[in-house]
Amino acid sequence: MQVGLTHYLIVSALLFCLGLYAVLTRRNAVAILMGIELMLNAANVNLVAFNKYVAPAALSGQVFALVVITLAACEAGVGLALVMAAYRNLETVHVDEINLMKW
Amino acid sequence: MGELAAFIILSAIALVSAVVVVTSGNIVRSALSLVPTFLGVTGLYILLQAEFVAGIQVLIYAGAITVLILFVIMLTEGGTGLRVRQVNEQVAAGLLATVVLAGLLIGVFLRTDWPRGPGALPQYTAEAIGRTFLTTAVLIFEVTSLLLLVSLIGAIIVARRER
Repeated sequence: MQVGLTHYLIVSALLFCLGLYAVLTRRNAVAILMGIELMLNAANVNLVAFNKYVAPAALSGQVFALVVITLAACEAGVGLALVMAAYRNLETVHVDEINLMKW
Repeated sequence: MGELAAFIILSAIALVSAVVVVTSGNIVRSALSLVPTFLGVTGLYILLQAEFVAGIQVLIYAGAITVLILFVIMLTEGGTGLRVRQVNEQVAAGLLATVVLAGLLIGVFLRTDWPRGPGALPQYTAEAIGRTFLTTAVLIFEVTSLLLLVSLIGAIIVARRER
């Protein structure tokens, strides 16, 4: 049995859903950021797999995956800086306790 | 046959450690479990003949982002967070939504007849990626570098102690 595009898509769908579960259920902002990283990884697997199986002549998928990795690094940096700022001002990193803008 | 075995092992490493990331009550353990997840995904990239992406994945994800996350955990939580409730009250709803989405996605993937493109990947993708970045994708390249600069300054300003 050959490893095909569908196998990679299924693995990345499972990875994405695990990340989504972390984002939906975690209270700690850092854990939510970890879930986002998992989701971005799943998207990257998709991009590289489509690059190999659907359009191997162009390298757009891998180029896009590299850009997404860069953006994930930016997002982690800014997101963790926001977590630090929130912790300094509100003494908590739990997102359900950060409700200053909610009535 | 060997490819299938490698694929199954790497996917199992990635998915099992991702489950630990998502479910562990110890936040340090979930941060450290990110490393095998990223390394499993790196193996999948190598199976997909994307060696350069795999190298960058190890450097940035398994190296930089995990260390950054661990630093922020140590600076904020002051430990493992074991005494604090880590999940909110929508675990059942989140689980339901996730399982439904996973079923939907996998069903769609199994039913769709994906097209196969002609041609093959170049033997060394790093050189071709460099060429693409400096010819057809040069705008994305420049915008990404600008964005890196902006996020660098933004992160410093946001995290700086005000006085």
